[in-house]
Amino acid sequence: MDFGGINPAVLIASLMVASVPILLAALGELVVEKAGVLNLGVEGMMIMGAVCGFITAVTTGSPLLGFLGGALGAAVLSLIFALLTQVLLANQVATGLALTLFGLGLSSLLGQGYVGIKPPATGVVPLGPLADIPGLGRILFRHDWMVYASIAMVAAVWAVLRFTRMGLILRAVGESADAAHALGYKVTRIRIMAILFGGAMAGLGGAYVSLVRVPQWTDGITAGAGWIALAIVVFASWRPGRVLIGAYLFGGITVLQLNLQAAGARIPVEYLSMSPYLITILVLVIMSSGKGRASLNAPASLGRNFHASR
Amino acid sequence: MTELLRLEGLTKAYPGVVANSDVSFAIGTGEVHALLGENGAGKSTLVKMIYGLVKPDTGRMVLRGQPYAPDRPAEARRQGVAMVFQHFSLFEALDVAENVALGMENPPPMRELAARIRAVSEEYGLPLDPDRMVGDLSAGERQRVEIVRCLLQDPKLLIMDEPTSVLTPQEVEILFRTLRQLSAEGTAILYISHKLEEIRALCDEATILRRGKVVATCTPRERSAREMAELMVGAVLTPPAKSAKPKGEVALEVRDLSAASPIPFGTSLKQVNFTLRKGEVLGIAGVAGNGQDELLLALSGELKSDPGMVRIAGRDMGATGPQARRAAGLVSAPEERLGHAAAPDMSLVENALLSGALRKGLVRNGFIDWAATEDFAAGIVKDFDVRTPGTHVAARALSGGNLQKFVVGRELSQSPEVIVINQPTWGVDAAAAAAIRQAILDRAEAGAAVVVISQDLDELLEIADDFAALNEGRLTPTRPVEGLGIEEIGLMMGGAHDMEVAHGH
Repeated sequence: MDFGGINPAVLIASLMVASVPILLAALGELVVEKAGVLNLGVEGMMIMGAVCGFITAVTTGSPLLGFLGGALGAAVLSLIFALLTQVLLANQVATGLALTLFGLGLSSLLGQGYVGIKPPATGVVPLGPLADIPGLGRILFRHDWMVYASIAMVAAVWAVLRFTRMGLILRAVGESADAAHALGYKVTRIRIMAILFGGAMAGLGGAYVSLVRVPQWTDGITAGAGWIALAIVVFASWRPGRVLIGAYLFGGITVLQLNLQAAGARIPVEYLSMSPYLITILVLVIMSSGKGRASLNAPASLGRNFHASR
Repeated sequence: MTELLRLEGLTKAYPGVVANSDVSFAIGTGEVHALLGENGAGKSTLVKMIYGLVKPDTGRMVLRGQPYAPDRPAEARRQGVAMVFQHFSLFEALDVAENVALGMENPPPMRELAARIRAVSEEYGLPLDPDRMVGDLSAGERQRVEIVRCLLQDPKLLIMDEPTSVLTPQEVEILFRTLRQLSAEGTAILYISHKLEEIRALCDEATILRRGKVVATCTPRERSAREMAELMVGAVLTPPAKSAKPKGEVALEVRDLSAASPIPFGTSLKQVNFTLRKGEVLGIAGVAGNGQDELLLALSGELKSDPGMVRIAGRDMGATGPQARRAAGLVSAPEERLGHAAAPDMSLVENALLSGALRKGLVRNGFIDWAATEDFAAGIVKDFDVRTPGTHVAARALSGGNLQKFVVGRELSQSPEVIVINQPTWGVDAAAAAAIRQAILDRAEAGAAVVVISQDLDELLEIADDFAALNEGRLTPTRPVEGLGIEEIGLMMGGAHDMEVAHGH
């Protein structure tokens, strides 16, 4: 069953793949922002994850180690951010922007010898008979394990934030660092952990781009995915479930416009290319516009540095 | 009475200031011990040391005969020391049960915790709904959250840092009953305040601090409030003098003022009405969060209202912004000094310009007249006795009391017709507070109409001619201050907000 040369089952299946990088990065950033830290370096951390993951996977021949390498590389980069903002109390916005620029440059340097190489393939999870269900099997049960892992992470982040003491403390730190400090919680330490988690998640997302989605290395491979991840966190009003919706929406429109381009739709390519960014933001703005609800849900100390002496 | 906690020679110095110097005293089991002192006398540093937030430089503490040196609050809590903070250590976007859980070492599962919160809050007459968002609670209810959080951990020593500053008189009465019940059960209470009558009503012993040193210990019931005040300040105090001049024509008229709050978790103003004559001082009381901030914003013009709601000297200014109202003679000083009344990182000169530019003519053809601005700032510093190295220092560098003198002085120096001030002496020591109150009265004497919004009832009774109270965004009818009893004031402020008296066992 095709619509203008586009098969909906294939479309849904490929949107799930297309949205994994921003879903992972946005989930990581959500945790970071819930802890009260605004890290604008998502794009830089993603591309560091992409290059480190690619290098590790090519060197070892193992995609799994590749993803781990990507997470580690980006986490190391985020550690620079943590050091500057949490220990040296640098401005978070400026540091985050600098991190992106640094990440773009460093990844380009590291990736010089790896252009034109194919990474080892990340296998599809064998789900046996499930994969053979007509329609549904094609959509849901023929993906690589990172697709399932990313969805599991949405549930995990939601559950941890909502039901566990760790999540409660994290939200408390993001809500009022001073009050959390007065109660004896280690604000700086908790925030650094959150930043590292955010870095690792962005790295996983980046590695997914270079290992699965594109499978190759070129400069600037993430192409603004980090920025859209940042926007999704805000417009999803810091809710993991809505991050999933936002990421799938973005992924869906990306895939759709690519298909439309291939099908020779009579809309200029430039409009099609910008449409995912435009429509995702538009839809999320409308979703979160209900009378200041989004602003109330924002962590109250977001972006504010904390120093114990105050 | 057996000894619970003894402090021996505690000293703590920060760069440039000695917060505590050789402080020693003891608290017995079940004793209610007052710690008295002005702002900056070192009370907060001292209790932070007891609660494990700050480490003393020298000296030691003994708790129940054992050396006691908590290195973090969790350790203090484990040993039975709990604290209710002055500026609430609560999280607005979390619910009551979550807030309580955050203050406990090993909280039970949420459902069980909610049941225990209900049980304990009933037992001590502090009803609380564990599922409500703290941002939606009144100040009194927020304090209950803090107290219940402490009580759930069965403390041996409860530290209370200025607990009554946000409560109505009835709520204070109920809090005291709860504290007496706790004391009878053997819990010692370290009670920090500068409200002397309360200390006389509640406390068994008092330690008075001045500039970080213990200057006296006494039994509050045997001393008068005045004696203790003079021990605290180290000087003789004179109350401000009110004028008895007849009042002039109407300067400010507010008719059916309603406005939605621009502040998250704020209170909307509902049908506020009052009229103010020249030379008159209207005191507006109310528990924090009942629309005080919004009323100031609506009067200053930062929050625009509809035409006809605000009239200054007969002219309709309802829909105009702050600059137009300033031009019409209305000046305002908001409560929050850093970030609202003053720009923290700008110098005093620049801050003087920000509100004084219009009425003092400090800007000509778009250019700033720095020489005149400098004179204006220097004049404020001189007239209002602002202690600062000079007018070039950043507003942030001034102490709270000095900055307050500066921002109030800046407004009062603009020959205003109408003055609106929220919390004129909040966090200001007694001597500076007296100076600020006198300055306000002097302007009223000179013919200005003054609206003072304050949570300090004694202050309002001292300087106001008329009295009204804000309650959930509504203003009560105005009453003359003369002949007004504290009971009546409490009722105007909304009574005890469903608080009930602790039942006995």
